[in-house]
Amino acid sequence: MTKRFGALTAVDNVTLSIQKGEFFSLLGPSGCGKTTLLRMLGGFEAPDSGRIYLDGRDITDLPPNLRRVHTIFQNYALFPNMTVWDNIAFSLRVAHYPKTEIRKNVEGMLELIKMADHAYKYPSQISGGQKQRVAIARALIDRPQVLLLDEPLAALDLKLRQHMLLELDIIHDQVGITFVYVTHDQGEAMSLSDRIAVMNQGRIEQIDPPAQIYEAPRSGFVAAFIGDTNFFEGTVTEVEGDYCKLAVAGFRDILCFNDKNISAGSLVHLSVRPEKIRVTSTPPPPEKGSRINVFRCKVTDIVYQGTYTKYWLAADSHRVSAIKPHSRFLLDQAPITWGDDVYCWWHPDDGYMLEQFTSADADLVQMPPAGYSLPKPVVAPDA
Amino acid sequence: MGENSSMSIRKRRWTEWAISAPSVLWLTIFFVVPTLLVVAISFHSAAPDGGIGREWTFDTWRHISNPNYPSIIWRTLWISAATTLGCVVLALPCAFAIARMQKKWRSIMAGLIMLPFWTSFVVRVFAWRLLLHPEGFLKHILMSVGLAEPNSQLLYNSGAILLVSIYSFLPFAIMPIYAAAEKFDFSLLEAARDLGARSLLAFRKIFIPGIRRGLISATLMVFIPSVGSYVIPDLVGGKNSELIGNKIYQRTFPDRNLPHASALSAIMAVGVLMPLGLLAWFLKRQDRREALRQAEVNGLKQRGGAA
Repeated sequence: MTKRFGALTAVDNVTLSIQKGEFFSLLGPSGCGKTTLLRMLGGFEAPDSGRIYLDGRDITDLPPNLRRVHTIFQNYALFPNMTVWDNIAFSLRVAHYPKTEIRKNVEGMLELIKMADHAYKYPSQISGGQKQRVAIARALIDRPQVLLLDEPLAALDLKLRQHMLLELDIIHDQVGITFVYVTHDQGEAMSLSDRIAVMNQGRIEQIDPPAQIYEAPRSGFVAAFIGDTNFFEGTVTEVEGDYCKLAVAGFRDILCFNDKNISAGSLVHLSVRPEKIRVTSTPPPPEKGSRINVFRCKVTDIVYQGTYTKYWLAADSHRVSAIKPHSRFLLDQAPITWGDDVYCWWHPDDGYMLEQFTSADADLVQMPPAGYSLPKPVVAPDA
Repeated sequence: MGENSSMSIRKRRWTEWAISAPSVLWLTIFFVVPTLLVVAISFHSAAPDGGIGREWTFDTWRHISNPNYPSIIWRTLWISAATTLGCVVLALPCAFAIARMQKKWRSIMAGLIMLPFWTSFVVRVFAWRLLLHPEGFLKHILMSVGLAEPNSQLLYNSGAILLVSIYSFLPFAIMPIYAAAEKFDFSLLEAARDLGARSLLAFRKIFIPGIRRGLISATLMVFIPSVGSYVIPDLVGGKNSELIGNKIYQRTFPDRNLPHASALSAIMAVGVLMPLGLLAWFLKRQDRREALRQAEVNGLKQRGGAA
């Protein structure tokens, strides 16, 4: 199955092909064109140029009712004047299926979504998670070739979202239909997708499986939008084997893995994830090897997050963020605290060279909490 | 404790009464009593000086049953029904289109729909006399296209009344339907289309039920005034297309026969109340059905819980 797109202001010259049965995510910040792309797939928006193919057939000019593509809308769009049962049966009734078959199919779907007890309720009488499940059942009942999901979990609270995430995964495995999932939540995209397309300003920045998106981001945008990172800009000074040395202004030289075979003298942007950086009050043990990047820094901020603590470190004129997971929390252990001089270190393989970088990407990186300066109290002049 | 709560309920009832008393009083004095007086007058004889006679009599109602009246009543009802149907059918796509516009355009369009009200109603109806006149603009156009004969009559018939009524009452149909359509969630139509319904089917199955309340109020807003209209038939209707409103006017002023006018008014009131009552019955039945279904759902839930 192939889908191709051409230029549109919201979606700029995007070309992508989605495999049959795949769970494919479109991930990007709001306004990046991911919903427009989805609406074009659904037939609600016509592309200005370019074609859409489904199973080798050109469906670009087909209206939504003739496409075997269904959408789960962000607000579920359940018909308020119909019961759960009637909502699910809608597409079969429209297609004039025989009554017995409709009943069989609807009952099967109610079973799948575990809503048999709520069949005769109206959408206003069921909860958000239940509405979500009805919307899925309604869209899956006539076996579309593709299911489009437009931020389907955005309206649910955290716990329910985690639960529905699992259910979506199970349903996808059971029905084997291609899912195209639009979201701005990287966690959702990461946990569900076979592949993710990261979108920014109408363009696709990278299409890869989740792990590759995270570990090997092509652009500064992908590195900063998915998770958090530290950027270093430097010039390659010497290449030795698989590794090269970066000279960074206002910072120590950084050793990094030269998988892109970059020659000396070229400008390079490096991304290092905070969780790859170790923070210790003592120097790294010698068995870690001599190649390791080690820097002396001062702790400027500590953010306790429960599962981990985030440290903001100042090294020369650079600010570096590092994450330390709490495998064990010992109250009597001398903790790292504000103003401490510490060592931060990472293995050269943990830095990743970016192919593309714009200064706007740097703005996406989480910055340390800014210090507030309260205005001085106004003192009334003595009379 | 029980006594206490019943006390508080009694107290609340009392305050509820106190709050609604002024409006109940108002409606009783200015609406119920006059209506009953009108009915009562129809059972009096007419005094020769135009007043009301003292004795009670069925004379008026006997007169009303002469074959002239039923045809007028019948004509009033069908013209009102046709006007209502015409207005709602025209208002539906109009309201739909406005509701789909951008916010700025929506308010501009709503303003344009209200624009005719800047001119007096009578003047607007009078303008139609000029348009439909045998030497008028519309007649000439229709003749040049070949849709009208030189001696065919556009004015002074039921058709003219229907046309001008639809023109006059159309804003009253558009506004409530638009108000309902504006609140309608149009992604529902997309969902219906997405699930295989053609546009028209989606419109019929999802949009129409979604704006049901708006349709009902539009129907009432058009039907009720058109049953009582007398300016339109007076100005554009002819000798053979009188409506009940004209008759009431004629009996009240030129004929000075108040009992007769009262009897006709009573009939008209019934003509208006009948469809209202039907509608109320229909809505109540629907609510009861919904409640029944709700009870069934609850029953299912309880049985499920017990099992």
